Amino acid sequence: MKKMHYRELWCSSPRYWGGLSLLGFIILIGLGAAFYMEHSGHYVTGMSNQIVWGLPHVFAIFLIVAASGALNVASIGSVFGGPMYKPLGPFSSLLAIGLLAGGLMVLVLDLGRADRLIVAMTSYNFKSIFTWNIFLYSGFFVIVGAYLWTMLDRKVERFKRPVGFAAFFWRLALTTGTGSIFGFLVAREAYDAAVLAPMFIIMSFSYGLAFFILTLISAFWWSGRTLGDVRLAKLKNLLGVFVGSVMYFALVYYLTNLYITQHHGVERFILLEGGIYTIMLWVGQILVGGVIPLFLLYSPAFATSRTAVSTASLLVLIGGFFQLYVIVIGGQAYPMSLFPGKEVIQSAFFDGVVASYVPSLPEALLGFGGIAVSMTLVAVGARMLLVLPETLEDPTDECP
Amino acid sequence: MSKSTDQPEMNRREFLGKTIVAATAATVAPGVLLSVAKAGPEQKGVTSDVRWGLLIDTNKCADGCTSCVDACHTENGIDLQEKPEGHSDAMWEQQRVQWIRKVKLQDKLTGEQTNLPLMCQHCEHPPCVDVCPTGASFKRADGIVMVDRHICIGCRYCMMACPYKARSFIHEEVANQLVRAPRGKGCVESCTLCVHRIDDGGTTTACQDACSSEGHNAIVFGDLKDPNSDISKALKEQSSRQIRADLELNTGVRYTNV
Amino acid sequence: MRSSTGIKQLAGLLVGGLLLALSTAVLSESAVTKGSKAADLGACVAPTEEMRRNHMDYLQHDRDLTVHEGIRGVKYSLAECVDCHAGKDEQQKPIPINAPGQFCAGCHEYMAVSLACFQCHRKTPEDKTTSLGDALDDKARAGHSLGLLLDAGQQPMLSPAEFAQLHALIQED
Repeated sequence: MKKMHYRELWCSSPRYWGGLSLLGFIILIGLGAAFYMEHSGHYVTGMSNQIVWGLPHVFAIFLIVAASGALNVASIGSVFGGPMYKPLGPFSSLLAIGLLAGGLMVLVLDLGRADRLIVAMTSYNFKSIFTWNIFLYSGFFVIVGAYLWTMLDRKVERFKRPVGFAAFFWRLALTTGTGSIFGFLVAREAYDAAVLAPMFIIMSFSYGLAFFILTLISAFWWSGRTLGDVRLAKLKNLLGVFVGSVMYFALVYYLTNLYITQHHGVERFILLEGGIYTIMLWVGQILVGGVIPLFLLYSPAFATSRTAVSTASLLVLIGGFFQLYVIVIGGQAYPMSLFPGKEVIQSAFFDGVVASYVPSLPEALLGFGGIAVSMTLVAVGARMLLVLPETLEDPTDECP
Repeated sequence: MSKSTDQPEMNRREFLGKTIVAATAATVAPGVLLSVAKAGPEQKGVTSDVRWGLLIDTNKCADGCTSCVDACHTENGIDLQEKPEGHSDAMWEQQRVQWIRKVKLQDKLTGEQTNLPLMCQHCEHPPCVDVCPTGASFKRADGIVMVDRHICIGCRYCMMACPYKARSFIHEEVANQLVRAPRGKGCVESCTLCVHRIDDGGTTTACQDACSSEGHNAIVFGDLKDPNSDISKALKEQSSRQIRADLELNTGVRYTNV
Repeated sequence: MRSSTGIKQLAGLLVGGLLLALSTAVLSESAVTKGSKAADLGACVAPTEEMRRNHMDYLQHDRDLTVHEGIRGVKYSLAECVDCHAGKDEQQKPIPINAPGQFCAGCHEYMAVSLACFQCHRKTPEDKTTSLGDALDDKARAGHSLGLLLDAGQQPMLSPAEFAQLHALIQED
């Protein structure tokens, strides 16, 4: 195999700086929106005492979950020894760090008291999954950062495998932790399912890889480098497997709930009668995020089409966003059952009533700001570090 | 950093010394010390020898009566909060704070109707305390579940975890507060069992007082650990239940005739 | 040369003296708001110097005692700060202690230290003669009823039809 050369992301200045300033603009708008929400209070958002977590949380969880999945490519390369994936390792780590940073920014800026972040860093309750996650997230930065270092610096290359292993297990723990935020909420019927944690892991594989493919194709297009068909086909097939697995896990999740009589109400709500949530599930998650991408990825008609791969990745991301929206917000919208066998006929606090939620513009702007932060970090990182191979031409001396 | 260079060991030593003296004195002769110090039962601090709770007799709870809710709002200054200007009524209804609410139920089979007030159930094993990342959501030794707003970061995870929807997030600026009930934008709050009254030696909550003055007497407040308290006697006499007993949270608020 | 040094020294002395005088004036007892209860009292709960330097630590220590231990008769109570130090305007109405230039805000602004206490805590002394303990006008209370179940003639939060409709969504099992 030819020796692999890495080079900084280098393209014509207007193209790079133009792209970067667009991202910077989106970030500024997002920060402005966060300041507006923080300053006026959350009443300007669509969130309420009925729907406690809203659009910012969907964005944040989406990015955090995708972050751990984006590291997958690096793990396959160095932990499981896949030669085709190896040159993609550094970029994969950089993307993971970027996505996590973007997600955390959204999460933190949505706090009721974002100014007290220092309290969250100094005062811990170790029984809380949130607290574990604070450590999992900061540890992720450190370990993946170290992993990136071992991949870039020949002097520390001998630590690559152990650090790679550590990063792999750490990211599994991180996604389990994120999934458990919901899985441990016994009070709400939609969340009280242990399958949520493994489901989040497989979701992270899928979203992370979709993000990876999209950013890789864009970066190579940006800098005018070549990306071999065989390599892309490998990534493409892997994405197909992950998308299928996510659909399988979703099936298991809903079937499990259908087996529990107590959960029939919430299942009926999400699957059949939930209005917007039902549409998001069937059209957004299953059709747009599952069936169409699978078709695009596996149909022989699109075997070598770059557009098909990019579109499929984009659709996987959109579908994943809807999936999280249904889990996070749909799960809250369905009322908690406090009095089995009784019907609430009057309440001053919307007991027994499906809660309504209309996301507000600032929430969405903050979310997009988070994505822009991720992409900016990746763009700046790729410009300054040797994470992208000069060329990813298909190897000739190797069986693909 | 300037703080510590400014005043080295002096204060800390002094403080430690005082603490030791105080601790010794408290062990040797608590009664004497307490009578010397600023008088009042509040000086003792909370102990786990008591557990405060409520018993609600839904048969006595009147349809359409909201005196407990109104009393709670006056007691804790919740009615001092105003709807933000130009905000829609529909959103305000969903976003405003409620520590206690009235709920009317109907049995699906028999059609029997029940009225009851619902508030923080002051669980022995509160899910909100388990999930709070900073420890702001905590349970006092005497069983009252509260929010320490000094360290609440407003993440709302406790609201996600609470099975009773007992917690509210303050969505807007609070211009006016009462001294006994500090509250402000961006924190979560819920029923405190009128903790300021208890700490000052009080034996009733605002909702209980309001209910009795209406003549309903549906709410009994008291010490669940004291076998001679009204609430313990009543609990022994009649069958009561916890809401969502299946979660085994051992709530401090019990209901009869639900 | 010599004389100019002398002039410089003199000027330095004068400026130094002036600054000293100014700072003494600023730091003297006059820092207490005129017309507040504290203006008539000899000392705070601890010597002024100590309070200036350590009030934040004392308050933080005692807040934990109060919130977690339920000990309310603490020596360093924020409510008492407000009680004693809040000023009054011409109509003898209390001015919020965190208003610009008032006792707390005046110094905190000068030192650029955030004054977060009053985001949650009451900013004016409570009128202890009324049971509500509130100096607010009655109209502020009467303006918006928060009574929950509906009085006759009050606009319902959810009409029965709406309620039934929402129910139909989930009630069929």
